[in-house]
Amino acid sequence: MEPRIQLRDACFRYDEHEIFNDLNLDLYPGEVLCILGPNGCGKTTLLRCLSGALKLNKGKAQLNGKDIASFDIIELAKKVGFLFQEHATLFPFSALEVVRMGRTPYLGLFGSPSAKDTELAEKALDKVGMLHIKHKPYTQISGGERQLILLARTLAQEPEVILLDEPTSHLDFKNQALSLRTINKLSEHNISMVMTTHNPNHALLFPDTVAMMSGGKFIASGQTMDVVTEDNLRKTYGIEVKLFSVPDPDGKGTFKFCSPWF
Amino acid sequence: MVLPLAFFYISLFLGRYALDPLIVMRILLSKIIPIHPNWDATAEAIVMQIRLPRTILAACVGAGLSISGAAYQGMFRNPLVSTDILGVSSAAGFGAALAILVSGNDLEIQLFSFLFGLAGVALTYLIARVYKTTPVLMLVLSGIVVAAFFSALISAVKYVADPDNKLPAVTYWLLGSFSGSSYRKLATVIPLISLGTAGLLLVRWRLNVLSMGEEEARSLGVKAELLKGIIIVSTTVITAAAVSVSGLVGWVGLVIPHVGRMIVGPDHKTLLPATLAIGAAYLILIDILARTLTAQEIPVGILTAVIGAPFFAYLLRRTKGGWR
Repeated sequence: MEPRIQLRDACFRYDEHEIFNDLNLDLYPGEVLCILGPNGCGKTTLLRCLSGALKLNKGKAQLNGKDIASFDIIELAKKVGFLFQEHATLFPFSALEVVRMGRTPYLGLFGSPSAKDTELAEKALDKVGMLHIKHKPYTQISGGERQLILLARTLAQEPEVILLDEPTSHLDFKNQALSLRTINKLSEHNISMVMTTHNPNHALLFPDTVAMMSGGKFIASGQTMDVVTEDNLRKTYGIEVKLFSVPDPDGKGTFKFCSPWF
Repeated sequence: MVLPLAFFYISLFLGRYALDPLIVMRILLSKIIPIHPNWDATAEAIVMQIRLPRTILAACVGAGLSISGAAYQGMFRNPLVSTDILGVSSAAGFGAALAILVSGNDLEIQLFSFLFGLAGVALTYLIARVYKTTPVLMLVLSGIVVAAFFSALISAVKYVADPDNKLPAVTYWLLGSFSGSSYRKLATVIPLISLGTAGLLLVRWRLNVLSMGEEEARSLGVKAELLKGIIIVSTTVITAAAVSVSGLVGWVGLVIPHVGRMIVGPDHKTLLPATLAIGAAYLILIDILARTLTAQEIPVGILTAVIGAPFFAYLLRRTKGGWR
C-alpha cells in the first residue's frame, strides 16, 4: 500500500532560525500519528507544512505521491482538513452554519451550500455526536462542544487526512476524553490523522504510530508501544518520566500510562 | 422591504413645501397612466425634479454604504470598522475639496472625488502589501495612515481656500447633503453603486468563511487574496461613488450592519440583502429630518453622526462589546 502522506528529509527555517530538520515519516490510510513533544519543538510548524500553509525549505512533503506545495488550495481542501488550536470566535453563527463552511471547497466562488451540503453537514455533526446542538449559537457553547463542531466541519470537507493541532489543549478532563474518543472513532473511517499533543498519555491512548519530537528532530518514531519508552520520554522532555503498565480490564492486553517522577 | 418604500413615499410629500399625499400619488401615476392633471405645475416640479431624484439618491447611498459596512465588518472581523477604514472617504473628500478650490463645477467635483477615492484605497493596498499578501492588520494600519494623510490635505485646501466663497462651499460639501441631487447625478452613480453591490452580493456566503479568519478560510479552500480583492474593489467603488455625490455621510456603514444583525442574525447570506433595505430606509428618513426639522436644511452628515453615535453607544452597552 502506498503511503498517504510521505515526508522525506524535511527541513524548515524562518530566515536563519531553523525550526526542524531532516524529518522522515510515512502515514498510511486510516492511521493515526501522534506527534509528541514539548512546547516550541516545531510540531505546529510541521503541521502547517503538511497543510500547505508553509513550504519546506528542503526535502519533500507529499500527499498521495504528489508534492503538497504544488496542490491548488481548493483541491487540497478537499483532501486535507485542519483543526486549528487557536480559534477566535466572532459572529454567533449557528453550529450547523459553521459545519456547513466545511463544504466550501466544493462550492463555486459565488455559491452557497445546497440542501445536499446541509445534509452532509448534519451527518458530520451526527458523527461527532453534536447534532442536538445544531441550532445553538457557536459563541454560546462550551469549549469542548466547539472543538467537536470544528471537527465536524473538517469532516464535512470529506478529507483523506485530518491535521489536528493540540486538539485537547483548552479542554477539561472530560472533554479531552470525549474529543480523543471521537478522533479515535473517526480513524475507523479510513481517514488518516496527524495529531500534535504535549501529553504523552494521549498518545498512549492511540495504538498506531508516534513520532517524538524535540529541538526540531524526531527523537524516535514508529509503533506507539515500541517508541514511547522511559528512555525516549526522558530524551524528549528532558525530565525523569516513569512508564506504568497495567493489565487491561478486558484482559485483552496491557494498558500503559506515564507520569513525571520527582 | 416595506419600510424603505413607505419612507420613500413619505419623503415625496414632506418638506418645506408640504404636499397632499394623494396629489403626490396622482403625479407619480400620471407618468405611467394618463391622469388629467388637477394640480399646479409647481407641485409637479417639486416632486419630479427635486424630491424624487433626491430620495432615490438618498436610498442608493444609504443602501450602498450599509452593505459596504457589513462586508467590511465581516472581512476585518471587527465591529468598529466602517466603510472609510481604508481611507476612501478622506481621499474622496480631498478630491472634492480640490475640485471646489480650482473650479467649482459640479461634474468635476464628482469626478475628482470619485477618482481620488479609488486612488486613496489603491495607495492603502500598495502600502499594506507584504510578501504577495495583504494581511488584514496591515490594511487597517495603512488605511489609518492614508486617511490621516488626506485629512491633512483637506485641511490644507481649507487653509488656502478663499474664506468668502470657497471655504464655506468646501465645508458644507464635506458635511454631506443630498440637496444638490439631480437625474444626472443619479445616472452616473447608480451604475457604480449597483456594480459594487452586485459584487458583494455574489460573494456574500464566502464572507462567512472569511470572517472565521484568513488562515482558516484558506484551509477551507478559500482564495483569500482574491476574495478580499473583490470585496475591497466593490466597497471602494460604492463608497467613492456615494461620497462623490453626497459628501461625507458618516456612521451609516458602521451602525446599520449592527441593526441588520439584530434583525436577521449574523449569516451574511441574509445580512447583506437586509442591510441594503435598512440602509436605504434609514438615509431616506435622515434626509426627511434634514429637510423638515428646521427652517434651514441641516447637513445630513451632522444628523447621521448625532443620531448614529448615541445609538452606537447604546448598542455597545447592550452587547457589552460582543456580537449580536
